[in-house]
Amino acid sequence: MFYREAGQYKSSYEADQAVFPLAQDRIGMAVILVLAAAVVPFIASNFVLEAILIPFLILALATIGLNVLTGYAGQLSLGTGGFMGAGAYACYKLTTSFPDANLILLILLSGFFAAAVGLVFGLPSLRIKGLYLAVATLAAQFFLEWCFIRIGWLYNYNVSGAIDSPERRMFGLVLTGPNASPVTRYLTVLAIVLGVTVLVKNLVRGRIGRSWMMIRDMDIAAELMGIRPLVAKLSAFAVSSYICGVAGAMFVFFYLGSVEPAAFSITLSFQILFMAIIGGLGSLIGCYFGAAFLWILPIFLRNVLPMLGIDVGAENIVHLTSMIVGVLIILFLIWEPHGLARLWQVAKEKLRVWPFPYA
Amino acid sequence: MDLLNQIFIAPFIQMAGAPDFLAQVLWEGFVSGILYALIALGFVLIFKASGVFNFAQGIMVVFAALTLVGLYQKGVPAILALILTIAVMGVLALAVERLIMRPLVNQPEIILLMATIGLTYFLVGLGEFVFGGEPKQMITEELGLPTGSTEIPFGEQGVVILQHIDIAAAVIALVMVAALGLFFSRTRIGRALRAVADDHQAALSVGISLNQIWAIVWFAAGIVALATGIMWGARSDVSFALEIIALRALPVLILGGFTSVPGAIVGGLIIGIGEKLGEIYWGPLLGGGIESWLAYMIALIFLLFRPQGLFGERFIERV
Amino acid sequence: MTRAVSREVMLNVENVSLAFGGVKAVTDISFDIRNGEIRAIIGPNGAGKTSMLNVINGFYHPQKGTITFKGRVRRRMRPSEAARSGIARTFQNVALFRGMSTLDNIMSGRSLKMHANFLWQLVYLGPARREEIAHRKKVEEIIDFLEIQHIRRIPVGKLPYGLQKRVELGRALAMEPELLLLDEPMAGMNLEEKEDMSRFILDVNSEFGTTIALIEHDMGVVMDLSDRVVVLDYGRKIADGTPTEVKSNQGVIDAYLGVAHEESERWTS
Repeated sequence: MFYREAGQYKSSYEADQAVFPLAQDRIGMAVILVLAAAVVPFIASNFVLEAILIPFLILALATIGLNVLTGYAGQLSLGTGGFMGAGAYACYKLTTSFPDANLILLILLSGFFAAAVGLVFGLPSLRIKGLYLAVATLAAQFFLEWCFIRIGWLYNYNVSGAIDSPERRMFGLVLTGPNASPVTRYLTVLAIVLGVTVLVKNLVRGRIGRSWMMIRDMDIAAELMGIRPLVAKLSAFAVSSYICGVAGAMFVFFYLGSVEPAAFSITLSFQILFMAIIGGLGSLIGCYFGAAFLWILPIFLRNVLPMLGIDVGAENIVHLTSMIVGVLIILFLIWEPHGLARLWQVAKEKLRVWPFPYA
Repeated sequence: MDLLNQIFIAPFIQMAGAPDFLAQVLWEGFVSGILYALIALGFVLIFKASGVFNFAQGIMVVFAALTLVGLYQKGVPAILALILTIAVMGVLALAVERLIMRPLVNQPEIILLMATIGLTYFLVGLGEFVFGGEPKQMITEELGLPTGSTEIPFGEQGVVILQHIDIAAAVIALVMVAALGLFFSRTRIGRALRAVADDHQAALSVGISLNQIWAIVWFAAGIVALATGIMWGARSDVSFALEIIALRALPVLILGGFTSVPGAIVGGLIIGIGEKLGEIYWGPLLGGGIESWLAYMIALIFLLFRPQGLFGERFIERV
Repeated sequence: MTRAVSREVMLNVENVSLAFGGVKAVTDISFDIRNGEIRAIIGPNGAGKTSMLNVINGFYHPQKGTITFKGRVRRRMRPSEAARSGIARTFQNVALFRGMSTLDNIMSGRSLKMHANFLWQLVYLGPARREEIAHRKKVEEIIDFLEIQHIRRIPVGKLPYGLQKRVELGRALAMEPELLLLDEPMAGMNLEEKEDMSRFILDVNSEFGTTIALIEHDMGVVMDLSDRVVVLDYGRKIADGTPTEVKSNQGVIDAYLGVAHEESERWTS
């Protein structure tokens, strides 16, 4: 009843191709954006901002990066953690080498280093496909992990081997370091993540995104249509690694503050991969769903289970949460194999004809 | 010039100069290769029969070992603990078949892969919940497995030390591989397994009971996981770090093929020996610690020359 | 039919032989295709028809022989080059992009004609946006032509087989090809669908002037649609001419129906 498109006619192809063709969608999106940008910073506690929302946004961005490569271009990648690390270390070197430069600029710049790394490790994709390609990305992952430990230049030879984010300011506000307020950090992260999301959406709905999807679905036919697999695959690797690199830099500078090489391990790669899969491969909004499911849900369970009276000790809560998440994943797959994004689509379809059961 | 010497000449001189050390390194590589092959075997079993890449194989290894040790620590005698653990793996197989495979029959492989990911989360949580997260010692002696070692003289003054447990592991692994290889190629159930791997619907339409096949195969994979867990645990402790080692099976699978039982052995040996040789003789050049990625690099280089793996079939794309 | 078929040759296949290891797909085949004509390639299963199309496409490289397209001799050609020089095709087993909608699939056929660079694509303004709208317009013309407006947004994996074939035709048309290769475009269709498809093929030929090479098993369709026919059997050419000539060729009849005395000999020996 409320979600119908009746009366909303499109009189140009441009209008038809809009990202949110339905007025209700546009309103909904606007409401969410206003909530996120203007309401949340004032009502959310520091804990919610620091431990939930900031990492959620950063991980969602990393998931978008992975989704570009695996969901849209169909190239399975297990090297996400490594690429994030590449961006983080690049940013560290940049900020320590150019202490006066604008931090946001340096973060955006460090993505290019990650993109270069991604290009190199993406080269095997021209010959290797599918699950076999996963091995090449695993090689990248473990090799990069090794680099983060062994190449002292990357962490300026400091004794602990860890990198941390020095204090940086912009417009008089402290952005990073111990003095930065969670609200400032949250708003900066929100701005960057939303900005990159918009750019990726543009890429995905144009000819470049289409070329990725063609390679994913049937690369032989794609070639017969004039797509050059080299260009399509490498561009996917480059864009994906860029985004993961930026996410990695933000991971250190806006979330953790200080990080050891172990943070960018294969575990992180798998975490992001699961987020992409559960959210729905090939869907941008799915990335946000997946990140929410795998990041926020466990925290939620961890806090809610004691409230419900199930008290088994702090450690065991983590284990129980793991078990519940595992069961939920399996249940989900039986129910809707294409991820949360498809569930959302189905829900919207049902909403269109509500209160009738079907159109 | 010096670098070229270091890469192409010096290591071989080193090898020739201490042949007993080389033999030791080769033996160590052989043993770890056998163990990698065992892990890969679990993957091959399930992939061969259902086309599923069982992401949870690594955690099954840990889980099986933990169950065995946990039961023993609760006072159950070793042999009985072994039998009970086998039973537990059987129950797990039945549960997986009933609750995961059956509802997801004929879904694309990525879905099944994701389901095994969910299974991993579940088993990790369950294992840590029931048994606790600290590393445990494998009950090697209690199970009747040999301990101690033999020294074999080698060359003029050298000695090569062979651990008995390693020899036992090699023998057990080879026996398992031989048995499984025969099972797949000679028996009726083995044939049915291969049919199911090819096409679920087609297999159903010729009357093969998918449920039975899957239960059997997951049980077999569970037994292999248990054997792997015992062997690995005997050489180093039983902990959740084993799960990451299981990833090492991927390069083995790449080389040996995802569906080849003998391929798992060949792949395992290449990776095991290659890794050890690389780490000992070339590792110091790069500052050490290169075994964390050497196996994957080896597999990657192989793939660049043969994108379908050593034993894989070259498929001619038909359009 | 009032189409003017010129005598100018667009594609010339000369002495082409293709083998996969020991399997000889086609042996010493020569024929030509003239501008604006509809050329049928027929023959029993396994005769090498699809292999022949794959060779023209650049997907397989023949061991012997040459192909001359629009006056230029090509030795080893990549499929993307074939696409760029004006050859499009459909496939026996419908090679559509299953994850994409009908609209996106046909838009993918416009890939070669889209040039807006990466930066414009990022912001989706200016040249990128204008290009997208312009090509959308062209694609809508094809959608109108093929009468598939109602399935624009549906993922092609969900469409029935007949509609999938039509979408595939649309995708090939989107490339605005000079030579269109159709591999069994009517396989699995009922009479009504075949009549629709035949009409589309004829319209493509007469309205857009596209030269068409067509593999087809339905003899009625072949006789009605084509200007000239090539017949293959066991990888060799056994007839070449107008439909009426080919229909009465003894070799062709033998190939399709089999020869009686050979059969009985095989049973007794």
